[in-house]
Amino acid sequence: MTASSNVTVERRDGVAVIYTQGYINNQAGEEVARVAYTLIDEGYKTLLINLGGTTIVNSIGISILIVIIEKMIEIDGRLAFCSLTPTIEKTFHIMGLAQYAPIYSDETAALATLRG
Amino acid sequence: MNGLATLREVTLTLPMAPDMEVAASKTATAIAEYMKMSPDRIDEVRMAVIEACINAFEHSHSSDRQVTMTFEVVGKTEPEELRITVKDTGIGFDPETLEEPNIERKLRDDRKRGWGLKIIRGLMDSVEIHSGDDGTTVIMSKRRR
Repeated sequence: MTASSNVTVERRDGVAVIYTQGYINNQAGEEVARVAYTLIDEGYKTLLINLGGTTIVNSIGISILIVIIEKMIEIDGRLAFCSLTPTIEKTFHIMGLAQYAPIYSDETAALATLRG
Repeated sequence: MNGLATLREVTLTLPMAPDMEVAASKTATAIAEYMKMSPDRIDEVRMAVIEACINAFEHSHSSDRQVTMTFEVVGKTEPEELRITVKDTGIGFDPETLEEPNIERKLRDDRKRGWGLKIIRGLMDSVEIHSGDDGTTVIMSKRRR
């Protein structure tokens, strides 16, 4: 585990997938938010955050993800997560995020639902 | 202590500096692996340690700007439980007056943060908080299985 994170994007038939790598702390959370807002400005209303490259997050990083959820609600868009470790998924359930941003086991399952 | 003894103890003093919580989580991981805790439970301990450190870093306002952590492996003869103590010498707080964070409210509020203790309580088997004018001590435990 490193204390840095990388964020990449793939645009897939109307769904923008944001991939994270490494520890999601405040800096990495801000980077995810910056990328998400760019995609929203491009017109994307469905975002999928693939956390497959992330094994640890902190509550500051997750708080920034909550800001993105709030933004998606404002624009009547959809945000979902996929490929979470069991602990990150449990944490999202503890916090109640799953009520507002569905969690999928993997990207294939997420895209099948989000495009449907 | 229910007949449990401390079988191994590691003490760590961390400066309140960026990413020091990661160093603490690595120590927790190494000790939990020594105990042969399952990978999922180790991950939960790791996350709780990170949250406990961040709480101390951000809210203690301690003048020495450091956190002392003790990792105790406890059991009768074999490791049964990992007990982690996170202590700062800051201004303390009253845990009873802390508002329980709620996602519906947080989505409306400007302040989205304040989740640390809720996450720690959700991930660890037991959590005790002792806080006063001389600082805060969080004692959290996770059984090996």
